[in-house]
Amino acid sequence: MIRASLLIAAKDVRQRIRDRSAIMLGLVAPLGLAFIFSLIIPDFGGGDFVVRVAVVDEDGGLVSQAFTDQVLGPFADEGLLEISDAGSRDETLGLVADGGLDATYVIPAGFSSDVLAGLPAEIRVTGNVDAQIATEVAAAIAAEFTGTLTGAQLAAQASGADVGLLALQAAQAARPVVLSEAEAASKVLDATTFFSAGMAIFFLFFTVQFGVASLLEERIEGTMPRLLAAPIPPISIVGGKAIASLAVGVIAMAVLTVASAVFIGADWGHPIGVAVLIAASVLAALGIMAVIATLAKTPEQSSNWQTIVAVVLGMLGGTFFPVSQGPEALADISLLTPHAWFMRGLGELHAGGGPTSVAVPVAAILAFAAVTVGIAGLRVNRMVRL
Amino acid sequence: MSRSVLECEGLVRAFGDLVAVDDVGFTIAEGETYGLLGPNGAGKTTTISMIAGILEPDAGSVRVDGEAVTTTTTGAKAGIGYVPQDLAIYPDLTAAENLRFFGKLHGLRGSGLDERVGRVLDVIGLVDRAGDRAETYSGGMKRRLNIGIGLLHEPRLLILDEPTVGVDPQSRNAILESVESLSGEGLAVLYTTHYMEEAERLCDRVGIIDAGRIQAEGARRQLVGLVGERDRVRLGITGRAEHAAAAAASLSAVVEASAGDGCIELIVNDARSALPGIFEAVGSVDAGINGVEITEPNLEAVFLHLTGKALRDE
Ligand SMILES: Nc1ncnc2c1ncn2[C@@H]1O[C@H](COP(=O)(O)OP(=O)(O)O)[C@@H](O)[C@H]1O
Ligand SMILES: [Mg+2]
Repeated sequence: MIRASLLIAAKDVRQRIRDRSAIMLGLVAPLGLAFIFSLIIPDFGGGDFVVRVAVVDEDGGLVSQAFTDQVLGPFADEGLLEISDAGSRDETLGLVADGGLDATYVIPAGFSSDVLAGLPAEIRVTGNVDAQIATEVAAAIAAEFTGTLTGAQLAAQASGADVGLLALQAAQAARPVVLSEAEAASKVLDATTFFSAGMAIFFLFFTVQFGVASLLEERIEGTMPRLLAAPIPPISIVGGKAIASLAVGVIAMAVLTVASAVFIGADWGHPIGVAVLIAASVLAALGIMAVIATLAKTPEQSSNWQTIVAVVLGMLGGTFFPVSQGPEALADISLLTPHAWFMRGLGELHAGGGPTSVAVPVAAILAFAAVTVGIAGLRVNRMVRL
Repeated sequence: MSRSVLECEGLVRAFGDLVAVDDVGFTIAEGETYGLLGPNGAGKTTTISMIAGILEPDAGSVRVDGEAVTTTTTGAKAGIGYVPQDLAIYPDLTAAENLRFFGKLHGLRGSGLDERVGRVLDVIGLVDRAGDRAETYSGGMKRRLNIGIGLLHEPRLLILDEPTVGVDPQSRNAILESVESLSGEGLAVLYTTHYMEEAERLCDRVGIIDAGRIQAEGARRQLVGLVGERDRVRLGITGRAEHAAAAAASLSAVVEASAGDGCIELIVNDARSALPGIFEAVGSVDAGINGVEITEPNLEAVFLHLTGKALRDE
């Protein structure tokens, strides 16, 4: 049974390797696209991620001073922020619009006195449209600070303490609050790694699609009767298809990982974590593509449907652009794809996480695999007949 | 009588409302070639599929060398060499790779596999092209490879489903010759065809199948005896062949009449005395005669006699 499956798998793999278009789709296209994308699209985060900001302090009061010195200062020391000297509000906003700055803080006149009087006050953050992540980071820092101030104001009002004093103390102690945001930023992959991973997982679905679908092929080609007539259990035919798909998927991903690291400098993170993510993803891709194949009547139909699903999942899953840059709803929907979990897992590894840091993404991907492999398994028998 | 290799009985298979095979059974002995002769749609492939264990019968049983064959048995299947009607080869693999793959699936390995692959390549005349992909072969070469795969594991029962359909005359002759020599080696052969000449030439016994049933079975001589002391007359017809056939059928000397494309076929008691009356009857319906052929009854005549239909629809 196992022997028969391995024989069939070896035959299928041989046929795949012989098929130039399979090599194109499985290796050349993803690597080539990752390289091109990473050349034409600048980094949106990662290793040397720096948010270039300026502070237009029209207030010049105690609280605004605290924001600049106590909050932004340490981030600048850590290298996350690069604070430029600000000119006038209009000049600075102009720089942001041109892309000379990623974002700017405008602290309006009267900010400090409003805060100390217990009135609502805001720091305005304006970002460059092409630097969305940078803007988000800048805004998050400001939001944490104003949140702290509001909390202090409320506490003071409730306890009858001096609003001004508490707010001032809060402002000056506010610094550590945004550390988690800073961490989130470094989970964003650099462009080369992002596109290498995105294209690899995107094309993986095409690479494994032939597996169960080739049962349709065997029927059209007329070789199915011969397989059925051989002294092997019919289930071993399905086994062979699955093994071939898995093998080709794993090989393609392994080659892509190594090649993108060596040739275009992708940084995938802990090898064991990457291996586990890949293994789970290949299973999920196999399962999803197999379910579609069991619904189709002809190889063409199967291939068309598989293409549509692979493209839609790939887009939704954020393999062409980071979903974090899109609307929040998209980020939520994207979690319905194994792709998003794969990218998320790599983000964890990129941030320095070990193999255990990908436990949740891997579990999510395996859930996709379990459900789809189960459904395909129930349906596949009808394909193993004349 | 030598030992029977194949025994099947009571085979039934329906597709929806259509009963494709209806209570078919026969046996084939060692060294014997058995022909299933019948027109397209008669149920030959369906019967064979059940015998080869690739289609579940609704009823009936199949035994090869005494061992039951079902869709899930593996033991008995090892004794069967099955050559499907449609080409069943991988076009992107070479002849040698195709043979090796199916050989391994049948449990061959190592030097035994090498030896058999070399031997079969020799038999099917593909030694020189063994390393080329099958998609580059001519139609005849692909057919030969298709048959070769069925021979690879030295089966006890070789099943050939219309192996000469769509084959040029030269390749066809080569195929027939190799089947003849195979049965000489003690192989039991099950051969389906809708070509009467092939059945007559190759088969020790023939089962005439139509509409899913075996209408008659026996050696050629026995089957022809069913038609009696009669002649077969074939007339080339200009005009409406059906009308001519109907007119001829009304004569008492004419036992069977069927219309083909530009001809009619008749089974006639004593052709010499009946012909003038037939010419007259055909002339009366405004059809002309442009050829006459009188032969001894053959299996085609037997088929016509049994079913009232011509064997071939082309
Ligand atoms: N898979 C199938 N589904 C429905 N009908 C079928 C199927 N296979 C064969 N048939 C029908 O069964 C009858 C016998 O077919 P087949 O055994 O292929 O005949 P033959 O091989 O003698 O030409 C035909 O009427 C054919 O249309
Ligand atoms: Mg047939």
